[in-house]
Amino acid sequence: MKFLNRKTNIDFMSRRNIALVFSTILIIASIVTLSTRGLNFGLDFTGGTLIEVGYPSAPDTTEVRERLTSAGFDSIVQTFGAATDIVVRIPPTEVEESSAELSSRVLAALSEGVEGEIEMRRVEFVGPQVGEELAEQGILAVIYAMVGVFLYVMFRFQWRFSVGAVAALFHDIIISMGVISLAQIEFDLTVVAAILAVVGYSLNDTIVLFDRIRENFPRYRKRQPIEVVNTSINETLSRTLMTSTTTLIVLIALFVFGGEIIHGFAFTLIVGVVIGTYSSIYVASNVLLTLGVSKYDLMEVEKEGATLDARP
Amino acid sequence: MNQYSVWKYLLILCVIAVGFTYALPNIYGEDPALQITSSRGFALPVDLSTSIDDALVTEQISFSDSEQQGNRLLYRFNNTEDQIRAADVVREALGDQYVVALNLAHATPDALRAIGGKPMTLGLDLQGGVHFLMQVDMDTARGQQLDRFVDDIRAVLREEGIRYVSVRHEGNGLLVMLRSAEDRDRTMNILRTNQSLQGLNVNELPPGETFGISATVQEQQLLALQQTALKQNITTLRNRVNELGVAEPVIQQQGADRVVVQLPGVQDTVEAKKIIGATATLEYRAVDETNDAFTASQTGRVPPESRMYTYQGNPILLKKRLIVSGDQLIGASASFDQQTGQPSVSVTLDGVGSKRMLDFTRDNVGNRMAVVYIEQKPNGRKIEDVISVAVVREPFGKRFQTTGLDSIGEASQLALLLRAGALAAPMEIVEERTVGPSLGADNVAQGFKSVVIGFALVLVFMALYYKVFGLVANLALFANLVLLVSLLSMLGATLTMPGIAGIVLTIGMAVDANVLIFERIREEIRNGNTPQASIRAGYEKAFSTIADANITTLIAAFVLFLFGTGPIKGFAVTLSLGIVTSMFTAIMGTRAVVNLVYGGQKRVRKLAI
Repeated sequence: MKFLNRKTNIDFMSRRNIALVFSTILIIASIVTLSTRGLNFGLDFTGGTLIEVGYPSAPDTTEVRERLTSAGFDSIVQTFGAATDIVVRIPPTEVEESSAELSSRVLAALSEGVEGEIEMRRVEFVGPQVGEELAEQGILAVIYAMVGVFLYVMFRFQWRFSVGAVAALFHDIIISMGVISLAQIEFDLTVVAAILAVVGYSLNDTIVLFDRIRENFPRYRKRQPIEVVNTSINETLSRTLMTSTTTLIVLIALFVFGGEIIHGFAFTLIVGVVIGTYSSIYVASNVLLTLGVSKYDLMEVEKEGATLDARP
Repeated sequence: MNQYSVWKYLLILCVIAVGFTYALPNIYGEDPALQITSSRGFALPVDLSTSIDDALVTEQISFSDSEQQGNRLLYRFNNTEDQIRAADVVREALGDQYVVALNLAHATPDALRAIGGKPMTLGLDLQGGVHFLMQVDMDTARGQQLDRFVDDIRAVLREEGIRYVSVRHEGNGLLVMLRSAEDRDRTMNILRTNQSLQGLNVNELPPGETFGISATVQEQQLLALQQTALKQNITTLRNRVNELGVAEPVIQQQGADRVVVQLPGVQDTVEAKKIIGATATLEYRAVDETNDAFTASQTGRVPPESRMYTYQGNPILLKKRLIVSGDQLIGASASFDQQTGQPSVSVTLDGVGSKRMLDFTRDNVGNRMAVVYIEQKPNGRKIEDVISVAVVREPFGKRFQTTGLDSIGEASQLALLLRAGALAAPMEIVEERTVGPSLGADNVAQGFKSVVIGFALVLVFMALYYKVFGLVANLALFANLVLLVSLLSMLGATLTMPGIAGIVLTIGMAVDANVLIFERIREEIRNGNTPQASIRAGYEKAFSTIADANITTLIAAFVLFLFGTGPIKGFAVTLSLGIVTSMFTAIMGTRAVVNLVYGGQKRVRKLAI
């Protein structure tokens, strides 16, 4: 089986302006949804109490909601995965009550008028202060990851490559967050982990391409940078698609079979892998060309001078 | 010719063999077991196991194995029915001094256990249980420390015969007001040199009507206090958790002022929180005998040196001056008074506490002394209860008994409260996560299923796409999974749901190195190179790419590990370990197999790639 076991020669870079427009539109759209719809922040960041209960048979959520309201809870009721699973969210309250007392009162209120036993599956309580800290740590983690990558790429390649890689990362993060906002996926700690995994994945892709570009500049000395980039993309294309495919396979397995808790995580990564694959082809190399990368950037100047001097 | 030297093959074989051995404990299940520990954390007597054996034999309960691991005894049973029956029997036989907890002991064979083999620890989200994050209220701890300084300074000045206008704590410092410049200078000298008043920065205030000294506690001293407060809280929490009889609790410091408490397998969370969440301190205070509490409560005029409390429905006035606080209490236990046979509580104080207690009781024989129990609610409100009022019969210091209790039950309850109150600073729960056992089991099942299905799909895909080389990559992928599991087991890392996600993602990404190599080999063949040269060039050229790509991913994973808490950390650990093991299996491992398959042949016509 060989999808691409031949030399492809697709002129990716001739469409770089179209890609630029496409990416710009996606980024603007993401910023618009992020600022209008916002993120559906989970308990980790908002603080409050979440209670997941299992019913013997699927209950009517409206009825559950009414029962809780009449019991004096300001709550949000949703099904969670299976129809028999209900999640009750209660925002942080000023009332003096521990989450254990709160959860047993909620459980009591839910049990009324239900045949069989309601099972407590999960209780999570996050204090508002902890929520703020977790949010701060998440943002800091993304920033430090980017700085670390920038420095490493600068050390191994050159600053134009660093800018390209980080621009691609930024692009991926913004658009992934835009999709999360649009789909109203619950934004919790696992989604933050997924976004950082997207950072790792997208980088992986970008670095492989950069590596090839670095190798090809000295090889094709006479060609224009744009041609070299094009050749490099074509040469790595089958690998890019192959790795994306295997990663997507396992992610889809995780999404389908991993259960409700891991849905947000798997969804974010699937979106991120698709965008990351696109961005390493179009965004990273596009930035590289725009910044005027040339063969001189990757040749060690002194060495070249030395060989010239050595000639008779 | 592509040949590896013998030592490389041996190295690879060794690594794989070790990996398999240490991954092995994970395939054995768990035995229902009983864990017996001393309730106060003491060492177990040598003959304890014989008396347990006897009790079990009398009741005709068979157990498969018993062993002592450090300070705990572990009994394994053939089924949960025996386990539960045995728990009742052993509890009855041993009494209060020991904690008998139901436990699941991993059934790793002795040979593997002897070389340190153990299965991965399952996180709370996989086995069910409670996780608390508790924050120590450092402001209160500092306030207490300042109050204690105020008391100590007053005591010292009185001893030295210096009459002061006032000594009080204000903001973050202390103020001492004196009548004359001479007194001030003497006091400053005392404050700087006295042994019991170390850690103060002393300054002179501009003289006015009175001569003042301001003092602040040194930053170092405050930090030391913070550490001590936290350590003491952790110790106390450990004792409380011991009382709960949880099998393998985790109690750890997190950051400067927080404690993580994890109680795997605990299902009755309300009970757990009652004991752990009731963050409390206690104070011994003198009863104000000169004023009448009833009059004060009717008129609402409380004397300035006292505060109004209620005890058993009646008002009672207690002096504001603290005799001893909970952090000076070392122990409290219920017993019977040796002379009268009445239930009583024996209390032990530390050095500072006993000196103060002695000072107080010497002057106050015949007066009453009360214990105030202060409970901190999650919203920051305090509830103060007077739990005991007793007459001082004679001067005492380090050890004393409280008698006049109605029953041994009341005595043990008071002892429990006293012990629970021996906290340096109040704590509150800032985060709680409880996972029911059924959800944990569901998570394990779903996590396992997604790993197996994802793994199988990748195997099929790779085999179809790269034929023989694909099969080699699959071997490497399998070895990678085994190595990852064995590393996680050896490191004692905790496997959580995000950790499983990390494993799944590692499977997807681990093939990347092989894809890079194989695509290179294909490329070399297309360029007209011989198969052997193509293999060599493929591995060599792909190496720097693989290294660069993986190191950048490792940077991201490392940052995740540094900043992440709980679920994120688990994910970061599996992801970074997976990257490292995949470098080994995908590069060295596959090369070895490819060399074995093709390396020996002089002329390879065609590669199945």
